[in-house]
Amino acid sequence: MAQHVLVVFPHPDDETFGCGGTIALFTQSGIPVTYVCATLGQMGRNMGKPFFATRESLPHVREAELEKACQVLGIKHLIKLGLRDKMIEFEEPEALTSRFEQIIREVRPSLVLTHYPGYAVHPDHNALGEVTIRAISRLSADERPVVYAHAFARMCQEAIGPPDINNDISAVVDMKLAAIRAHRSQSQLMFGSKSSISRFLEQESFWTYRF
Amino acid sequence: MNPIEKVTVQSVLDGFLNREVYLHLETTNGAYAVHRQESKMAVGAYIRNGRIRFGRGVITGDRPYRVGLKMELGWVYAEGLTDFEVDQEGRLLLAGHDEEGRLAVALELSLNPFEL
Repeated sequence: MAQHVLVVFPHPDDETFGCGGTIALFTQSGIPVTYVCATLGQMGRNMGKPFFATRESLPHVREAELEKACQVLGIKHLIKLGLRDKMIEFEEPEALTSRFEQIIREVRPSLVLTHYPGYAVHPDHNALGEVTIRAISRLSADERPVVYAHAFARMCQEAIGPPDINNDISAVVDMKLAAIRAHRSQSQLMFGSKSSISRFLEQESFWTYRF
Repeated sequence: MNPIEKVTVQSVLDGFLNREVYLHLETTNGAYAVHRQESKMAVGAYIRNGRIRFGRGVITGDRPYRVGLKMELGWVYAEGLTDFEVDQEGRLLLAGHDEEGRLAVALELSLNPFEL
């Protein structure tokens, strides 16, 4: 199977903070990346520092930031799913799962990056990771892509063990930093303290999901 | 947005009196409040496109401000409001930002439904 990476996350910037380096490593080596971004992060509380967005302008601001970050990371195909921030877990699960099954059958990825259900802190992360994994589990074993699940809950290593994929992203750290900067409304606040940015610039870790 | 000017906001509130209006009301301490150990609980609530009518609407307090809207069968209330904007569509956006500029509370009124 030709290599193709499908990235599934709920909010503009999830792709960058959690996986921007890994995505950049793929696109730099010529592997196409498709990103399904489920919401526009309409309900985020970061508005820039000093704040420049309002609750009503935020989705438009974040959509533009998302497009810029995708350009920086070399993501050529962006699918905006049009769901509402915070509400994914309340959607009808079957409808959403079928939609993902269809997307996965069309994109035919060899690898999927998504959140590890139950260990990804934000309810949207957990809900969307769960839907994605349920959709993939409906494929036959030979059609099924590998899944790198991203987890960052404080207790996650006690529950699921250490991550088996640990990507050194030092070769693409400038790309990741540029993508973080592209998400201006969400990242300005973090540039105040060195430690809050630097933890995103070392390595990126994933758990290969076992079906 | 700009720091709330009480007189301006009061006159905008008056313009919405006794009309069918759409309400956006929210409060949040952030989905990561527990994860970042800023709080023991992540707490938030929002209503988007609640349809209301109020016969009395008042802004009070002094930096931050409070707003109360008296309806026939109840009240709408927000506290901690610091900033305001009346946008091109005539919507009143009120928000309370914390010391880091993060939104903690919002109360917005519009004659047309808010975007979903």
